[in-house]
Amino acid sequence: MSAAALDFKPHETYREDFTFRNSPKAILRFPLPFPEDDYMYSVNIEPHVPGPAGSVTQFAFDVDEHYIAECRERALVLAAEPLRYQALPHMMSSQWDTLELIMESLARDYPEHFALERRGNRWHWINRPLEIDDRFVFGEAQSLPREPLDYITRQAQGDFVVMDQREGDLWTEAGMVTTQADWSLDFDIGMTFKEWHGPVPLAHEIGVFDRALKFLLNLRLGQPVRRLNWTMTVHPRLDTSPENYPHWGPDRATVTPHNAGELVHLRVELQGLWRLPRSNGVLFGIRCYLISLAELATIPKWGRRVHRVLKGLHPALVDYKGLSRYRDAVVAWLAPYDDGAPTSPGTGPD
Amino acid sequence: MNDAQTLVVEVKAIEAVTPLIKHFTLGPPDGGTLPAFSGGSHIVVVMKGAARVHRNPYSLLSPPHELDTYQIGVRRMEESRGGSHYMHDAVQVGSRLEIAHPVNLFALDKIARKHLLIAGGIGITPFMAMLEDLHGGAVPYELHYSVRAPEHAAFLARLDERETGRVRMYYDSAGHAIDFEGLLSRQPLGTHVYVCGPAAMINRVISTAQLCGWPDSHIHSEQFSAPPVGDAFEVFLARSDLKVHVPPDQSLMESIEAAGVEVPYLCRGGVCGFCLTTVLELDGELVHNDHYLSEAERSRGKQIMPCVSRARCRHLVLDL
Repeated sequence: MSAAALDFKPHETYREDFTFRNSPKAILRFPLPFPEDDYMYSVNIEPHVPGPAGSVTQFAFDVDEHYIAECRERALVLAAEPLRYQALPHMMSSQWDTLELIMESLARDYPEHFALERRGNRWHWINRPLEIDDRFVFGEAQSLPREPLDYITRQAQGDFVVMDQREGDLWTEAGMVTTQADWSLDFDIGMTFKEWHGPVPLAHEIGVFDRALKFLLNLRLGQPVRRLNWTMTVHPRLDTSPENYPHWGPDRATVTPHNAGELVHLRVELQGLWRLPRSNGVLFGIRCYLISLAELATIPKWGRRVHRVLKGLHPALVDYKGLSRYRDAVVAWLAPYDDGAPTSPGTGPD
Repeated sequence: MNDAQTLVVEVKAIEAVTPLIKHFTLGPPDGGTLPAFSGGSHIVVVMKGAARVHRNPYSLLSPPHELDTYQIGVRRMEESRGGSHYMHDAVQVGSRLEIAHPVNLFALDKIARKHLLIAGGIGITPFMAMLEDLHGGAVPYELHYSVRAPEHAAFLARLDERETGRVRMYYDSAGHAIDFEGLLSRQPLGTHVYVCGPAAMINRVISTAQLCGWPDSHIHSEQFSAPPVGDAFEVFLARSDLKVHVPPDQSLMESIEAAGVEVPYLCRGGVCGFCLTTVLELDGELVHNDHYLSEAERSRGKQIMPCVSRARCRHLVLDL
């Protein structure tokens, strides 16, 4: 089954005037990461198998109404800061693996928008929303206008990190990172799995990364996995990078109990992990979904649930997620939406 | 994994390449291609014999860029519990087999400055696919390949044609022996060594490399153990509330599977550690045959790899 044609909103923005909004349909498919009224880390990894029709997990790589605008936002970030894309020299085979995986998936799942024709190594790729029509030779980097990973991830939503597997570890050695929650590829490139995750509080102590690493080292071809992660962002700003902290850091001081509904966004990452076939690397996709509290509260169960999660959040997590300055304002804004009624299990709207 | 995730393949060709080794060419029954893989990968072949199901790991030896078919080499094992005999005797062109997606537990290191490959006998198979990945690249490599006699050397023609100057052959029949000390002591810094072959050769390479000061991270080996035969014993699976009999010629994992309980696995050869199982109670001793648990872990007696290991006991309870 393939997706229905998408209604793109090509002119919305993730900066300056922030015209990004979710349609009612997009709100209903938002991947709420809270199955219960309180939250703590877990290795919440599950097989990345097709979810219900219309959900963000229906396909390997979700394409939604924000596709064109998000790709344009990525191009703007890269124009100002080219090092948001990097790949070490030994990662070329995993670059091709990634290009193949994304092209095959998009062409299969969204045939109205993407097409891939393969004749041996001669490939023909059509991306209709971005008006791209390129012929190239698979495996020959000079036949593409950019390196394969750079080329394909400029045409995909979400960040991508490619890890090389060696010495019983996973090394962060290539990536496209422009929609990130305050971390930097330029800083982290070359790190091992645990070095990369060094700043995460509490999780190391409860062995989350030991187990996650062991699990990922044995990740199987054809059996990708996924998990959700979350934080919050002021304004629908995709690029909250350490490099640009002066642009977005001060926004956090502007949140009040009155404007939090419009200003503050829940930021959810749908993280997918794939074993790559030719390189034996691991592709880590970090797809960011944004929703304002006001949009969120249109679903009564979610208003109650998110209020309770934020009210009871562990202080170390409040700090790590960068919420210290405005968590109380968010809780105050959400309080009227929480009538104390019990919430049903799971994340779906009632 | 479990068998729900296997692919069905048809045997497209069988070739006896040495007196003991047959090559099997496997392809999708209805055409098309098989999943891409990297040199050093293996597949687990599921063989549904009349009396029992065999699941054996075999390295992929075909070029990783040719995906119409996979090729595996199967050596007839003298003390086979049936898997290699089944492949040699019962499988014919046109037979259908199930295989799992490729897994690579013996990958080339991508930042190595040089690759030194050492093969003994059937241990050549993973290197054939690796050579395809290395061929034409910028990183130097060499293969040292030891066999009993020239007629036991598979692939000689292919190696001669493509790898001239990078392969050195050693024939036991001619009195050749690899000079491990000499070889391992004169490699440039940044060289990685890979060895696949008989246990004695692997142990020799590892210990010699360590004596020469090689870091462990630069020493790679792969040896799939066939589950050895042993005494029969009984095991109780606590979570499944099930008693299972393990006969002498069936592995613990096979017996558990035959009883309908699934054990997660990747290699079935004692290498990957995926089937690690907790021992809850034991009256007797575990017979560890894997390459995964450390000596300390073995001596604690709390963990077992059921794919290749057994027990000599009256009473064994596993957390399954």
